[in-house]
Amino acid sequence: MPIIEIVFYLFGTVLTLAALSVITSRNPVYSVLFLVLSFFSAACIWLLLEAEFLAITLVLVYVGAVMVLFLFVVMMLDINLARLKAGFARYLPVGILVAVAMAAQLFILIWTRGLESQVLDRATIPEGSNTQRLGEWLFGQYLYPFEIAGFILLVAIVAAISLTHRRRPETKYQDPSRQVRVSRDERVRLVRMESEED
Amino acid sequence: MLTLAHFLTLGAILFSIGVAGIFLNRKNIIILLMSIELMLLAVNMNFIAFSRFLQDMDGQVFVFFILTVAAAEAAIGLAILVVLFRNRQSINVEDIEALKG
Repeated sequence: MPIIEIVFYLFGTVLTLAALSVITSRNPVYSVLFLVLSFFSAACIWLLLEAEFLAITLVLVYVGAVMVLFLFVVMMLDINLARLKAGFARYLPVGILVAVAMAAQLFILIWTRGLESQVLDRATIPEGSNTQRLGEWLFGQYLYPFEIAGFILLVAIVAAISLTHRRRPETKYQDPSRQVRVSRDERVRLVRMESEED
Repeated sequence: MLTLAHFLTLGAILFSIGVAGIFLNRKNIIILLMSIELMLLAVNMNFIAFSRFLQDMDGQVFVFFILTVAAAEAAIGLAILVVLFRNRQSINVEDIEALKG
């Protein structure tokens, strides 16, 4: 068995088991950590497919930013776990049924279309670096969608901040506008006093 | 010998696990969001596999945009979740009943 197959089956197994643990584990913190593991395994499989830039992006952006955000939220919220897990056993049969039916349909579709004749071949790797080619496409043909993607991120920043930002009445704030408009009479009081003698 | 079908099968398994997760954890919004992330990962896996086997960069560019939009979606979803928890002290889907429908 060549090394590339061993790598695929190893990381594929880890990915599948981690994904199963995400949806079945009792504690949401464990779910997030298993999701991190599944993203790592997926990044390794993407490396196998010569998508190096996206594999590193998945680790840096997803594991480094999005999953940490998930972890923050899960740990900040004080959740009543017993109530959230109440219907788990009840929905287990229908969930498994739907998932198995869907997977079976997809398998039939995949394995009857002649896709297994397309072999992963080292000879078909394109020349040059993956990052350079992706950059040429992003900043060439896909420049306009790329700018829209940047704008979507800006909108997401504004939306997330404006949703979660709140003003508490007991907190003291500075009002720069009032600070700038202050006049001398409001702050300075001249007092005339008699000089005192020893 | 690894073929395109192997990678698509892995994507199909991941997607089915994501669908099952939505069924099993229908009360916990955080796990629902994580199941959606799993399904997006499955779709990205298919895109990258096709991109590799068809020697076409379009698939990887699509994955790039999907990652961007998914990050924005996760950020806004978690922000809504935090606001919801602040108002209701719960993230149970059954407690969100203000909109009768």
